[in-house]
Amino acid sequence: MSREVDRELNPQRRRFLGAAAGAVAGGAGGVGAAAIGALTAASPERADAAPRTEPVSDRHRWGMFVDTAKCADGCTACVDACDQENGLNLQAKPLGDDKAKWQNQRAVWIRKVKLQDKTSGHVTNLPLMCQHCEHPPCVDVCPTGASFKRADGIVMVDRHTCIGCRYCMMACPYKARSFIHEEVDQKLTRAPRGMGCVESCNLCAHRLDNGQTSTACADACAAEGHHAIVFGDLKDPNSPVRQAMAKQPSRQIREDLELNTGVRYAGV
Amino acid sequence: MSKRIVYREWLIQPERYWGLLAMLAAVIAIGGAAALYMEHEGHWVTGMTNSVVWGLPHVFAVFLIVAASGALNVASIGTVFNQPAYKPLARLSGLLAAALLVGGLLVLVLDLGRPDRLLVAMTTYNFSSIFAWNIFLYTGFLAITIGYLWTMAERKGNHLQRPVGTFAFLWRLALTTGTGSIFGFLVGRSAYDTAVLAPMFVVMSFAYGLAAYMLVLMTSFEWDGRPIGGKILKRLKNLLGLFVGAVLYFTLIYHLTNLYGAKNTDFESFLLIEGGIYTLMFWGGWVLVGGLLPLGIIYHPRLSQDRNWIAAACALVIVGGLAAMYVIIIGSQAFPLEMFPGKTVLSFGAPGDVGGAVAPYTPSLPELLLGIGGVAVAMLIVSVGIRVLQFMPESLSDKEIDGLAEPV
Ligand code: SF4
Ligand code: SF4
Repeated sequence: MSREVDRELNPQRRRFLGAAAGAVAGGAGGVGAAAIGALTAASPERADAAPRTEPVSDRHRWGMFVDTAKCADGCTACVDACDQENGLNLQAKPLGDDKAKWQNQRAVWIRKVKLQDKTSGHVTNLPLMCQHCEHPPCVDVCPTGASFKRADGIVMVDRHTCIGCRYCMMACPYKARSFIHEEVDQKLTRAPRGMGCVESCNLCAHRLDNGQTSTACADACAAEGHHAIVFGDLKDPNSPVRQAMAKQPSRQIREDLELNTGVRYAGV
Repeated sequence: MSKRIVYREWLIQPERYWGLLAMLAAVIAIGGAAALYMEHEGHWVTGMTNSVVWGLPHVFAVFLIVAASGALNVASIGTVFNQPAYKPLARLSGLLAAALLVGGLLVLVLDLGRPDRLLVAMTTYNFSSIFAWNIFLYTGFLAITIGYLWTMAERKGNHLQRPVGTFAFLWRLALTTGTGSIFGFLVGRSAYDTAVLAPMFVVMSFAYGLAAYMLVLMTSFEWDGRPIGGKILKRLKNLLGLFVGAVLYFTLIYHLTNLYGAKNTDFESFLLIEGGIYTLMFWGGWVLVGGLLPLGIIYHPRLSQDRNWIAAACALVIVGGLAAMYVIIIGSQAFPLEMFPGKTVLSFGAPGDVGGAVAPYTPSLPELLLGIGGVAVAMLIVSVGIRVLQFMPESLSDKEIDGLAEPV
């Protein structure tokens, strides 16, 4: 019952808070300021990429379609590729940490999830990462605005303003975020990482900003011949992702929360 | 004009006073060292993980903050609700409220991943975040409490006492609601998916704040031999009974609404029956130690006459309160996020990565030390405050209280 009520409340709450934010930021200036904030915050990420010729715009909304029927049992190509691409494989268990605990402390951007239907017994595999919500709870709750959504729909963390309060991790319904629990010795320039901050999948923003139009996970899945992950512009009806979505029904995980996620699944 | 109340600094022997301060300072130093250690090594040395992201420090911090707003109630009853018997209690109430808040905030800040960026948190706001609003609520509360104390202490400000007191009372309600809303905004988590949470936090703050207040009052009076009459103690004790009963009532409503909303029954059976440590903490800590036992003492015909038993009831309420916070904050994170209704999660990421199953969490020593350090900070502030300034009335004997209540 309470959830039904909440569903009613959510948009209202959002509207109220939005209005409050606007009012405080000085009326109409609020929205513009937020957008500028997002842009400047994004700039450090571009350091090693060939800079975009134009600022991130809302002409695109990047997203993914996952066909769970094609996601193979036991395959971890997407996870491995993400680890390589974003330097997650460089993490090392701190000396003295418990092995099992470390498995739950190290940063993970994408994970393979295996489900079994309680009535039919049917088994489903799927990759789960940040769902790049249109109404991201992680952004709503972040006290400093470090957790932000770019104009093109990518949700990410500005490592320079994140204070490590972990409120966004409490808010995310998908356990998509990781806290860096340990000192980081090795990292890639394209994926800066620091102890005490939170991070999560950013749809390989460095690739997009470099003119590429696919993510490491989608590429790896295709290279294995599975093609379970299709990446693309959700706003462009001719994009591969929209084409794939047109062919079969898909849904959002936790659709009831009405977050309008950028990652959609078929077959769950 | 009713009788004038005489306030005096705390007059215990210097050895005793400095001994107390030294002890508190030592506890604080240990807590500080623990925080430094966690900060230097990173949070891997704690029991926290990507599943249980808020650990024991948050249990202490939220408890202290909730108790802080409740501690101010005693003053509100005197000024806002015009109960003359409570007037002499008001100054200490304001001091304790400020002290508890500072202690709680300190723990909260020291548990951040990047406490060195506190300045960022103070200068960059995201106004859609309830967390950011809370920063204003907390600093505002401190400022208002200090102002309130001034109106009580300074004759020139006396006439402002009522309006400032009312404002402080409303602010404290907002503050507790704001603290409760930190959890209410977490749409994805079953435990917080209810509107009862905010009012439950408010009554909890009443109970915990009053229990802390009574303990401080009784101890400090006892130490320098000031009299507390049976009358005022009885009033406080009965009030505590009322608040503790209200907490139990809201606990019941909370679970009933969860059970009624069929979707949360899994969480309920986890909490109430099969949650292991969380079930134990709920029934043993929250309900029994923090609720039924103190109520039993407070309404027991003989025990309720004994000061030591009353103090014990207060201590039990506090212990139960910490258990309640543990269940609310940690139990709800240990319980898996329900992403796939109707499906069993066979695996979630690499082996050891937790999803779809109860997440393990074992609090570490540094976390506990940090939490206790926060409590010690609050106690230190109170001890120094009452020693150097006139926060405590000279006497709360029955005669004194009767004199206050007499209309002229
Ligand atoms: S999936 Fe989680 S981290 Fe990603 S945008 Fe949504 S709430 Fe934020
Ligand atoms: S951990 Fe960082 S990104 Fe997440 S809410 Fe806190 S400040 Fe924002």
